[in-house]
Amino acid sequence: MAVDAARFSLTPSPRTRRRKLVNLLMQALATIAALAAVAVLAVVIISVARRGATALNWDFFTKTAATFGQSGGGVANALVGSLVIVAIATVMAVPVGILVALYVSEFAPPRIADFVRLVLDVLNGLPSIIIGIFVFGLLVVGSGQAAWKGSFALAIIMLPLVARATQEVLALVPTTLREGALALGASRWRTVVGVVLPTTLGGILTGTVLAVARAAGETAPLLFTTSIAANTVTWDPRQPVLSIPYDIFVLSESADPADHARAWALGFVLISFVLVTSLTARLLLVRYRKRLEG
Amino acid sequence: MSARVDAVTSTPALPSRRRLGDRFGDVVLHVLTGAAAAAAVALLIAIGWKIFDIAHPAISKFGLAFITRQGWDATHIRFGALDLIWGTAVTSFLALLIAAPLSIAIGLYLSELAPRGARTVIASLVELLAAIPSVVLGLWGILVLGPFVGKDLGPWLHRYLGFIPLFDGTPQNAGILVAVLVLTIMIVPITSSICRELFLEVPAELEQGALALGATRWEMVRGVILPYTRTGVGAAVILGFGRAVGEAIAVTQVIGAGYGIHWSLFATGDTLASKLAEQYDSATTKIQTASLVYLAAILLVISLLVNLAAQLIVRRFAHQRTGGS
Repeated sequence: MAVDAARFSLTPSPRTRRRKLVNLLMQALATIAALAAVAVLAVVIISVARRGATALNWDFFTKTAATFGQSGGGVANALVGSLVIVAIATVMAVPVGILVALYVSEFAPPRIADFVRLVLDVLNGLPSIIIGIFVFGLLVVGSGQAAWKGSFALAIIMLPLVARATQEVLALVPTTLREGALALGASRWRTVVGVVLPTTLGGILTGTVLAVARAAGETAPLLFTTSIAANTVTWDPRQPVLSIPYDIFVLSESADPADHARAWALGFVLISFVLVTSLTARLLLVRYRKRLEG
Repeated sequence: MSARVDAVTSTPALPSRRRLGDRFGDVVLHVLTGAAAAAAVALLIAIGWKIFDIAHPAISKFGLAFITRQGWDATHIRFGALDLIWGTAVTSFLALLIAAPLSIAIGLYLSELAPRGARTVIASLVELLAAIPSVVLGLWGILVLGPFVGKDLGPWLHRYLGFIPLFDGTPQNAGILVAVLVLTIMIVPITSSICRELFLEVPAELEQGALALGATRWEMVRGVILPYTRTGVGAAVILGFGRAVGEAIAVTQVIGAGYGIHWSLFATGDTLASKLAEQYDSATTKIQTASLVYLAAILLVISLLVNLAAQLIVRRFAHQRTGGS
């Protein structure tokens, strides 16, 4: 009787207690790991915001850097430079990216589609500094730096991102929609241009915004292509221009605390832009995908 | 009579003209998209060709001995990549050593443990960490993390773990340890979000089966989820490694541009990519530029191998699962 009571006892045995303890420990560790990642994000954002926000004022956005030894001055040339470089890069990368995605998901035979996808993934995994050196060798050697050459380097980084994002939404377009258009007598290209593409517009747009956010923060491709620039505001893409990330890079290596203050302020501007755009794009993408998936 | 003839001859003409236009449109779109895809493939080939083309003078002058030689002496034109390969290997492997278990843990938390409502929020916060530009992370690394490592974390590690060669020497504000930590922060969001997706794909009936047999959650993870996703997790880790190897800017900012091969994490160092980012404006002679790009060529080969390996594993894994079910 006593033996039976022990065997069927509902109080946990030491072994069960140990298993539960291990389980609890592992759950705690996983939770801590996730919290740590979020904490690091918070720490980085807060330290950039705290140091950067104080240096922001009207002059910061409208003036160029003060001459050596003088206080004040701003980063207008870097802001305009980044705007020019990223805008041209977007114009270069987005059409090609969409076309590549269309080829992969609408036209290519499966084996070739697989191969192009592999190429895009490998392109996406290339270190950005390699792409900078490639553009340096292709366009800069012999003829000098220019903003549009930096744009070309950034466009190579954006291309796989745009193509990948477009492809993912193209895959979500229901086959019935395509078949419906074809059954109504529409030709292949009319189906693609008139039915498939408009359905994916939201996804392409959010993918583009994410690619822009990524490109705006890239420094390495610009080192070799558009870094030696005059301290004036220029909108001319044939001139080398300064950019926000490159400016942060140079200022962060300086020994002067005043330069650090400017680097923090620029970092705050850049991080605000990148986080706000990528967060909005992500939220829109989730909503958009839900709608498309029905 | 004439109206009927008109009707007979003109009605078929309209559809046939439209068909011609459509056929034309089909061909144009097919060719246009195909050309764009071909351009993407050509771009990858051109990148490889151009890098080796600029590096050619250095490759023919130094040969493969470049890889095993130490030092970077511009005045005597003696260049070697060994210090940098060592620096790249140490920083990337250590960053991975920290990031891999962290990423798996975060992936598990987000796929199994997190309260349902908070899941997507926390997942996007972790992914947002990947959106922080590397130059900003480097700025934070050099001005905030660096002093913390130099004054607090470093001395603490040295006091309690100084008997390990890794923690020998004097902690500084810039060095390999800071680079490892910054790289870890960059890898974790990438690998953890891939891990999370992999864990979510494990069939629910397998998980529930394990739980129904009396397994605890951790036993279910160890017995079902991890074995099921092993290959994919491996690929995610390799992708993280590729990212760490190629990061130039943030590493340059925090690693301190040192020479030599040291075991100590407090020492300064350099990696292939950081050397490139640091020397971008100081290469004056042709052979100096070529030697720098030789480094880029080594980096390119490593990153191509790493990426191809990861992609092939992912593809085989996906194939197996779709074929097996």
